[in-house]
Amino acid sequence: MMINPTSRAVFGLRVNLSRCLKSIPRLPSRSYSQKVVPLTKETYPSTVRNQAFASLSSDDIGEFKKILSDKNVLTDASDLEFFNEDWMRKYRGESKCVLKPQTTEQVSQILKYCNEKQIAVVPQGGNTGLVGGSVPVFDEVILSLANMNKIRSFDNVSGIFKLDAGVILEIADQYLAEQGYIFPLDLGAKGSCHVGGNVACNAGGLRLLRYGSLHGSVLGLEVVLADGTIVDSMHSLRKDNTGYDTKQLFIGSEGTLGVITGVSILCPARPKFTNIAFLGLESYEAVQHCFTQAKNELGEILSAFEFMDEDSQDLARKFIKQTHPLEESYPFYVLIETSGSNKEHDDAKLETFLESSMENGIVCDGTVAQDEAQLKTLWYWREGVSEASTIGGGVYKYDVSIPLKDLYSLVEAARERLEEANLIGETDDFPVLRVIGYGHIGDGNLHLNVAVRRYTKEVEKCLEPFVYEWISEHHGSISAEHGLGFQKKNYIGYTKTENEIKVIKQLKNLYDPNGILNPYKYV
Amino acid sequence: MSTKLRILVPVKRVIDASLKPRINKAQTGVETKGVKFSINPFDDIAVEEAAKIKAAHKGAVEKLHAVSIGGTKAQDVLRIALAKGFDTSTLVDVGEQDVEPLQVSKILQKVVEKDNFNLVILGKQAIDDDSNQTGQMLAGLLNWPQATNASEVVIEGDSVTVTKEIDGGAETVKAKLPLIITTDLRLNEPKFVTLPKMMKAKKKPIETLKPEDLGVSVEQRLKVLKLEEPPVRKAGIKVKDVDELVAKIKELI
Repeated sequence: MMINPTSRAVFGLRVNLSRCLKSIPRLPSRSYSQKVVPLTKETYPSTVRNQAFASLSSDDIGEFKKILSDKNVLTDASDLEFFNEDWMRKYRGESKCVLKPQTTEQVSQILKYCNEKQIAVVPQGGNTGLVGGSVPVFDEVILSLANMNKIRSFDNVSGIFKLDAGVILEIADQYLAEQGYIFPLDLGAKGSCHVGGNVACNAGGLRLLRYGSLHGSVLGLEVVLADGTIVDSMHSLRKDNTGYDTKQLFIGSEGTLGVITGVSILCPARPKFTNIAFLGLESYEAVQHCFTQAKNELGEILSAFEFMDEDSQDLARKFIKQTHPLEESYPFYVLIETSGSNKEHDDAKLETFLESSMENGIVCDGTVAQDEAQLKTLWYWREGVSEASTIGGGVYKYDVSIPLKDLYSLVEAARERLEEANLIGETDDFPVLRVIGYGHIGDGNLHLNVAVRRYTKEVEKCLEPFVYEWISEHHGSISAEHGLGFQKKNYIGYTKTENEIKVIKQLKNLYDPNGILNPYKYV
Repeated sequence: MSTKLRILVPVKRVIDASLKPRINKAQTGVETKGVKFSINPFDDIAVEEAAKIKAAHKGAVEKLHAVSIGGTKAQDVLRIALAKGFDTSTLVDVGEQDVEPLQVSKILQKVVEKDNFNLVILGKQAIDDDSNQTGQMLAGLLNWPQATNASEVVIEGDSVTVTKEIDGGAETVKAKLPLIITTDLRLNEPKFVTLPKMMKAKKKPIETLKPEDLGVSVEQRLKVLKLEEPPVRKAGIKVKDVDELVAKIKELI
């Protein structure tokens, strides 16, 4: 057999269409609306700058340039734009300086200096956060980890992977793929987000169902505290019961306790064969039945169970501009991924499951990927929803955990409320375009997205605190995987108890007494 | 339409087009263990086109038949054709043996003659060996006209108009049935197969034949001596500024 690289490449032009779509970087997606993002301080006038923080002087810039090379200290207004603005185009800060250290030692020196001078700092990874946690609110210095992007080591017996915080998730996973391993986290923004940011926000993503939370898979961290102290637990092994597990404090701390500079994580073997079924269902009850049946019949090969409602696929149609995998529309869609080591075994299981779920009427229609290209396309109809939600110009995102039986009722309740307030409609007169629900059923995690044409106070008042109160009443969490950031900082009390919040505040005061790390957020 | 269409579509099971093939340790071929196989994408387009013709010319199409030459697992790709509306199918079971394009063409010739097909639509090439010979040799063996690299097919009665992709443009040819058409990428976008159709396809027949049943022997006439990766491209260098770039270019000239 001969391989002709040219024809394969030519062929790839079409087959990899879905891949091309998927790799649309975040930047161009900002340009489909030319509206200028208002400054966060103008949108939220009740948040005031803490005057205890110093304003940046030219002396400070000079000091930074002693620690870093000139090119890693950005002060030019046009260079700063990207770092000041979040990708949802909802928040914009006015930082005058971005620092891009290349070593942990440099991060330590920067923080030590900032702590002494009381300069506020916002750590930033890939800037793909969804709650405004990684952009400055006022003039905080942005500490970008983008230049800390080296893979440190990989042990292909134990699967222990050590890397810098600024490595892009997809690059980390591609590196592991070559070794037959997989990164135990996958999410829509993988082409831009950093593993350090993922850990800082305790990202959940698409495969939590299979590989569990980062609290389990992260073995050690290298963290720089506000005063410059480097706390290194990268040496940790899988089992280590020598006292407090301090790294856990930083997983999900959203950059308020320390800056993560290195990650050691346990990676499982990469499944050899993956398949995807994309199904259409009549009701949310059917989605739940389908999930129960999938757990029973697919068992150990089930690696993702995602649901989407009709409106979310409607927006995806407008965004992706291709033929939808299913000819007709259904009120709900489910994407099931199986991953295993034996294709015949996996296929037979999936086939039996699909046949029985069609026969007993749980599933109305569906399709199974016939090749890798179709597999990617089907995933894109789920992953693309997040980007599609911004098609009108903006989006309010609520990422919440709710007991499964009530999960979708929140979407209906929010939709109803916006309809009553006459804020949702098909024309430009209405600020809201669509209310969509999708997410990781397997983890009881709903993404409630309110796709808007513009951000307005009326919409925000209509949704908040209504959504949080609703969640609290139904014993859910107001942030399942996106964190609290700036958007949800006032609502922590809907999920955490008073005493829990007290402990969190004590920890914050202990490790960051001047409060320079990511201020105005989290607590 | 005077003649009823009897369409044959050959399909091949190949290493998935999105995967990067690896050369095996013996350097005699591509590693196939633990690798995902799918329908050859050009054949998928051929299947889609035949199904489209059937949908557009109801009553004029008497039969859609798919044939695959390969091992028992080639049934998977026949099932895709059956799910997309094919009536019947044949697996010519050659086990794990590689079959060269000439032998493939000879087998297909016999299949065509056995069942009186008058239109064969097949992929212009299989993406595993990229031979791009079968359609042309089959036309030669049957002494039929051929329209290769089709990007559009229009059927009116007995005559078929085919737009072909050629360097720098398109060429339109017209021929009467019987005819061979080989498919190019832009002919259509294969659709997803729905579950109900997939389930129905399981009940449709797959006839299994040996090449000997068709009077063809599949002895290998070519021998692969060695398979090698192309040499790795040397890394480029970074230049500091335009002046250095100009200086480097001058050195090269």
